[in-house]
Amino acid sequence: MSTTTNSASRSREKAPAGEKIADWADGRLGIYTLAKANMRKIFPDHWSFMLGEVALYSFIIIILTGVYLTLFFHPSMNEVEYHGSYVPMQGQLMSEAFKSTLDISFEVRGGLLIRQIHHWAALIFLAAMFVHMMRVFFTGAFRKPREINWLFGFLLFVLGMFTGFTGYSLPDDLLSGTGVRFTQGAILATPIVGTYISMFLFGGEFPGDDFVARFYSIHILLLPGIMLGLVVAHLILVFFHKHTQFAGPGKTNKNVVGMPLLPVYMAKAGGFFFLVFGVIAVISAVAQINPVWAIGPYRPDQVSTGAQPDWYMGFAEGLIRFFPGWEVNIWGHTLVLGVFIPLVLFGVVLAALALYPFIESWVTGDKREHHILDRPRNAPTRTALGVAWVTMYMITLVGGGNDLWATHLHLSINAITWFVRIFFFVGPVIAFILTKRICLGLQRRDKDKVLHGRETGIIKRLPHGEFIEVHEPLSQDALHTLTAHEQYKPVEIGPAVDENGVERKVKGSEKLRAKVSKAYFDEDAQIPKPTVEEYKEITSGHGHH
Amino acid sequence: MSSQDIPEENLPVAQDTTQVAVADEKHPFADPGLPPHEHRIQDIDERAAKRSERAVALLFTVSMLATVGFIASYVTIPHDKSVFVFPIGHLNALNFALGLTLGLALFCIGAGAVHWARTLMSDEEIADERHPIEAEPEVRAKVHADFKQGAKESALGRRKLIRNTMFGALALFPLSGVVLLRDLGPLPGTKLRHTLWSKGKLLVNMNTNEPLRPADVAVGSLTFAKPEGLEEHDHEFQTEIAKAALMIVRIQPDNIKDKRELEWSHEGIVAYSKICTHVGCPISLYEQQTHHVLCPCHQSTFDLSDGARVIFGPAGHALPQLRIGVNDEGYLEALGDFEEPVGPAFWERG
Repeated sequence: MSTTTNSASRSREKAPAGEKIADWADGRLGIYTLAKANMRKIFPDHWSFMLGEVALYSFIIIILTGVYLTLFFHPSMNEVEYHGSYVPMQGQLMSEAFKSTLDISFEVRGGLLIRQIHHWAALIFLAAMFVHMMRVFFTGAFRKPREINWLFGFLLFVLGMFTGFTGYSLPDDLLSGTGVRFTQGAILATPIVGTYISMFLFGGEFPGDDFVARFYSIHILLLPGIMLGLVVAHLILVFFHKHTQFAGPGKTNKNVVGMPLLPVYMAKAGGFFFLVFGVIAVISAVAQINPVWAIGPYRPDQVSTGAQPDWYMGFAEGLIRFFPGWEVNIWGHTLVLGVFIPLVLFGVVLAALALYPFIESWVTGDKREHHILDRPRNAPTRTALGVAWVTMYMITLVGGGNDLWATHLHLSINAITWFVRIFFFVGPVIAFILTKRICLGLQRRDKDKVLHGRETGIIKRLPHGEFIEVHEPLSQDALHTLTAHEQYKPVEIGPAVDENGVERKVKGSEKLRAKVSKAYFDEDAQIPKPTVEEYKEITSGHGHH
Repeated sequence: MSSQDIPEENLPVAQDTTQVAVADEKHPFADPGLPPHEHRIQDIDERAAKRSERAVALLFTVSMLATVGFIASYVTIPHDKSVFVFPIGHLNALNFALGLTLGLALFCIGAGAVHWARTLMSDEEIADERHPIEAEPEVRAKVHADFKQGAKESALGRRKLIRNTMFGALALFPLSGVVLLRDLGPLPGTKLRHTLWSKGKLLVNMNTNEPLRPADVAVGSLTFAKPEGLEEHDHEFQTEIAKAALMIVRIQPDNIKDKRELEWSHEGIVAYSKICTHVGCPISLYEQQTHHVLCPCHQSTFDLSDGARVIFGPAGHALPQLRIGVNDEGYLEALGDFEEPVGPAFWERG
């Protein structure tokens, strides 16, 4: 006993400094237990798994550059006269917030670069989250056990939108001020409490002199604080659940195949942070963004044409632009439906996406864990629903920029607005039908490939003159990959009467579920995957054709 | 496939099945397991590995040089110098140099690390077991039992008085936080109903800061006005102009379709609120021929010759009109405040 402890302590004395520090930390933090499970953690490889990383890294870049910007930004709406080095603005009245933004751009060396990195990274952050979310959606990675992580990610996207909005409103320039005015007008449209919320948010009437300071604390503290917590929780769950993977040889629902965190993903993922940062820095060096000095300070009685929010708010902008101006006056009150319904729709469209995992698990009734990703074609109804949602989102984006489409393509603004009004409803339906068709077509092609092999493009002439196209049978790897997916059967309600011939009560929700399930998994909603028997029958015969 | 060179009738039947390149003939779709690891050139050729090493080192070196370049640019380039970069155009030289060097320094670190990982670190795929997220039944039973034990010991279920008063206290105390928010702003009151306009206030040209006479307003022009006494330096300027901003046009009285509009005008000069009734953008585009004005934010279009009613877009009601006249000295003046609230509609508007 004593000899073993002696030898252990002796080997520790000789240990290199790094090991000693690790031992010290382990004695206090228990890091070895943590490292045992995670240091050589396996992560599978696929290009689409990188999208979430782009989001994570741009978030870190935003925090780093944001902290720098707070050192120079003055979140105050006191009116001051400008006497800085930007000549065209000399003597102009502007808020201190706007002036300090000019100073960051013109007096602080490198300040403009950091401002531009901050803004570009924000646009990329939201875009990366959006695309990452689509990746997770279309591959079914949101299924059990990852539904809660889907919600965390969704919350990050929504909070990211509002953090972005409160951020680009801070310089108090003419463009962002117009966006704040729009928001205030939308708040006023809320029944009963609208005017109160507006007064409380702006410290009185719009614009007042409080909102920049209040948006500032929301933008730099409240929202990013919540987001940082959510990001950490999101990552902890990624580690805890272990990453999903696509089907393939050696890859099952019970394992995870890939490379270890140390060293491969330390280098790849760590390196990728620098790649993302580097690319954003170069973009910020050559592509100007939000030149507030060209836009001017905010005045509530002035506006520029072609006013656009940042892209992620274009969806809200589109909803408010295409909706007809309905106003109902009853009992001395005004119901501003033309603004309030878009406001509600904004929430409903987003909530539909957030709740989808729970809807699908209700339809399938599947309580198992899923770690193998679906190829989008193998879940035609889900894929079609997703594309329908994206179509709706994109149509409203078009609506949000209807003036730009009109001026750039020389079209009538009225025609574009009417197009958006109609296609907001029709577009998703068309997209749904088309996507489902395409998915089924791709499933058929997979089936053909499995049963008849790969088309080699070689035409052979047989001695008796017949021409045949040579198909090359697939390897077992490929056969397995193309047939690994599961196919659900529609839920049956069961007979209407029980074994005694007495009528059985079937709940309305059960009937609905059976109907939806039929739409999802009926014969015309998916192509039955090839069976081993079909395969053997074809390959054992003379079936080259 | 080679069998196809022989006439089909000469082929033995059995030979055909051997074409199938499937290892497991009984279960052709079964998982064949992880494919064997394939070596990269760097794994077998030390010279190739050396080349990779040099490439990675070169990238890291370029990064170091770029950082030196960043510091040099920061120190040497004046911040107001501009530079022409093809094909982008004129750029701020300092911003361009700093961004490019910083970008290069970061990108090369990333590229070096990724190249290192891809060519020199082991690329052998490893399989890790997954374990169900759910706890084992024994663990589940233990936790449930522990919870029941704890709940029982707390007597929360039995001593209802404690439970109910505790819930009451916990439910009430957040109200303090809500109450504290009260001073975020004043109550709406009638603030949204009134503007600075009142009887006798002169209409002052926004650009020249001079009171307007009827002769100043030409047919086809769009003039912006503010109430007299409101100056840009005033503390409340922004908040007041957000409601009081006015646009003035002159229309041939015969062309005015709305009877009240004609009554409230002066010789065809009409004054309307500039603030859009949709969500409050200032309207700024005027089409002289049709007397339509367009809000550039959301494209609500109003007909100024017909009571400023909405003819297109998302706005819900007409722009409020200000009743104007001319005072003894020949200046345009307001004959009162707007009769309805300006700007976006709200619940109490009625």
